[in-house]
Amino acid sequence: MPADIAESQPLLEVIDLYTHFDTPRGVAHAVDGISFTLDRGRTLGVVGESGSGKSVLSRTIIDILSHDGSVLYRGKVMFEGRDLRELSQKEMREVRGREIAMVFQDPMSSLNPVKRIGKQITEVLVKRMGMNKASANLRAAELIDSVGIPDPEQQLKRYPMHLSGGMRQRVAIAIALAGEPKLLIADEPTTALDVTIQAQILDLLRKQQRERNMAVILITHNLGIVSGYTDDVAVMYAGKIVERCETQELMNRPRMPYTEALMKSAPLLSDPPHTRLDAIPGLPPNLLNVPDGCRFHERCRYATDRCLTELPDLTADGSSEHLYACWNPLEVKAEALS
Amino acid sequence: MSQDPLLSIQDVTVEYTTQGKRFAAISGVTFDIAEGETLGLVGESGCGKSTTGRAIIQLPRPTRGTVQFEGTELTTLPYDQMRQIRQRLQIIFQDPVSSLNPRRKVKDIVAEPLVIAGISDKAEREGRVREVLTAVGMDPDITMERRPHQFSGGQCQRICIARALIMEPKLIVCDEPVSALDVSVQAQILNLLEDMKERYGLTLLFISHDLAVVKNISDRVAVMYLGKFCELASSLRIYEAPAHPYTAGLMATIPTIEAGAQLETAALSGEIPSPLNPPSGCRFRTRCPIAQDKCASDEPQFREIETGHFVACHFPLTGGTA
Ligand SMILES: Nc1ncnc2c1ncn2[C@@H]1O[C@H](COP(=O)(O)OP(=O)(O)OP(=O)(O)O)[C@@H](O)[C@H]1O
Ligand SMILES: Nc1ncnc2c1ncn2[C@@H]1O[C@H](COP(=O)(O)OP(=O)(O)O)[C@@H](O)[C@H]1O
Ligand code: SF4
Ligand code: SF4
Ligand SMILES: [Mg+2]
Ligand SMILES: [Mg+2]
Repeated sequence: MPADIAESQPLLEVIDLYTHFDTPRGVAHAVDGISFTLDRGRTLGVVGESGSGKSVLSRTIIDILSHDGSVLYRGKVMFEGRDLRELSQKEMREVRGREIAMVFQDPMSSLNPVKRIGKQITEVLVKRMGMNKASANLRAAELIDSVGIPDPEQQLKRYPMHLSGGMRQRVAIAIALAGEPKLLIADEPTTALDVTIQAQILDLLRKQQRERNMAVILITHNLGIVSGYTDDVAVMYAGKIVERCETQELMNRPRMPYTEALMKSAPLLSDPPHTRLDAIPGLPPNLLNVPDGCRFHERCRYATDRCLTELPDLTADGSSEHLYACWNPLEVKAEALS
Repeated sequence: MSQDPLLSIQDVTVEYTTQGKRFAAISGVTFDIAEGETLGLVGESGCGKSTTGRAIIQLPRPTRGTVQFEGTELTTLPYDQMRQIRQRLQIIFQDPVSSLNPRRKVKDIVAEPLVIAGISDKAEREGRVREVLTAVGMDPDITMERRPHQFSGGQCQRICIARALIMEPKLIVCDEPVSALDVSVQAQILNLLEDMKERYGLTLLFISHDLAVVKNISDRVAVMYLGKFCELASSLRIYEAPAHPYTAGLMATIPTIEAGAQLETAALSGEIPSPLNPPSGCRFRTRCPIAQDKCASDEPQFREIETGHFVACHFPLTGGTA
């Protein structure tokens, strides 16, 4: 395809994606009609409580869930104009690692515990990039240096089990970057790490993203991380995106009551001690049995009759790019009162 | 305050042996908790928060130091008397699901401390279980006959809190009680703890790695690093004017909705050193942005730099210098 078309086209376009699990207790609607686009070089935050479908979404995009018939898929994942869902397993393996790479919450899931980390990185370079041994060694040292591992000569000789969690995550990031991906998906990459190490890893991801003009999907349950480290954001609830816009817009003007409730339930450092928290009552719905209407209605303080029966679409006001799925969005309500 | 503190910990050290090496998981820890107070304890993984909490209930007994609870010295107390005291000294943990026996019904789990205390009247036990379950926001009619796996993490934490409350304890050590919960449920549990504190006149030691959570629930906050206290002050003061560079770094590091895009670079570089081999002098010096020669040779003492504000640093950020 001509270069100018490739440039104007979004890097990733997810269209009406469904991933359902056929389980003995029923069908789990883990990803339930999700659409979004991601441009080159942008960082999209995907935020939601546990079980909202974030990991299933990312695993569907890179196609690492089972194909034994227990997982039901529908919809498209367009990457640079190609539908990844149409690719063969072999073609998809090439996309993974080269064009799209992934970093997981537990770095050990992408590391071999009994192989020296230097070897693990050079192997990837030889296999994916077709490098010879000598240039792979050089490149591995560069990668290790770029992810901020001190004393690379020594570190490359060590085994993952002898590294701290933060160091392991740095190695996993180095391996993900080895194929020079255009898209990096990081699924809660810092959830298992200490706060000071978390900040280091998020800084590292941001630096790499900027230097390589790589697109990043950063999955997290922490709105603070979204606020500090992403350009755009998608809020997930019970398998659906319920709000999507630029990150600063979301922080300043949330429209969806769930987003507002999430923001208010977390304590703020600026609040005085013993400030009563605005807890969200109840629990997220069970995805085997999602409620009718708006999936948030049982916990929503703005719910009206319509919310109980009709599922709101993800739409915007006029030409705005701020999408939300709610019958009674926040600002409109405030205006109606005044 | 002329009143004696409810709990007084003096110079407590707990040593463990790992890989054939003896090391201090916490050393020289000293603090008081006043009756009715919530003391927050923050720090990164492995710094000794849980060890401090467990030292209070003598699990294990500290290697050195003293622990006084309501005027009784616990470190030398015979085990049968310790068992008595444990009724007034409860602990709840981070992982609510695995701290409940999966085979038992909720009513038996919550009643267990009553059985241990020798309350044999079944009707009395059941009445108290109902009361305490209601207090933690669980409907006894649908809860009592069920088993833990039928509940979510947040509901299991409510059950754990009910079990801790049933003996009407004076002090509860809360070891990361909300860390495994989603923010929406975390807020429910924090509010519940505040309500229970009011209703039962509790005193809390609240352990967490989340500074915002700790500030919200605590009257005073202690910050730990590699087995030692580095700072202790009122919750307001420590956030307004942190004196220890580690506290300041921790606060600058936390991604919050408020900090937003301002957050540009990690405030604290470097790795947390191994507690088996802590740095000489000040333990924080390998990561401290203002460390000087003295920090490598002399260990800073934990001292009061303004009323009620303690810090272990040669060059505190507020409140004068050494
Ligand atoms: N039973 C034990 N035997 C040997 N070492 C132990 C034992 N319990 C704890 N430790 C060590 O003591 C140190 C302090 O551990 P502790 O569990 O108190 O930390 P923590 O601050 O609660 O950490 P976290 O945030 O991960 O819960 C750590 O180095 C830990 O590995
Ligand atoms: N392999 C699987 N089989 C059945 N259900 C699954 C499977 N993987 C995930 N789920 C379900 O899908 C839902 C979304 O899970 P997940 O994407 O992991 O949530 P999140 O990452 O947002 O915490 C959950 O209800 C989860 O139990
Ligand atoms: S659609 Fe109704 S229930 Fe759903 S978030 Fe909006 S107001 Fe609440
Ligand atoms: S004593 Fe020195 S190294 Fe330690 S915190 Fe203070 S300034 Fe930093
Ligand atoms: Mg997940
Ligand atoms: Mg602990």
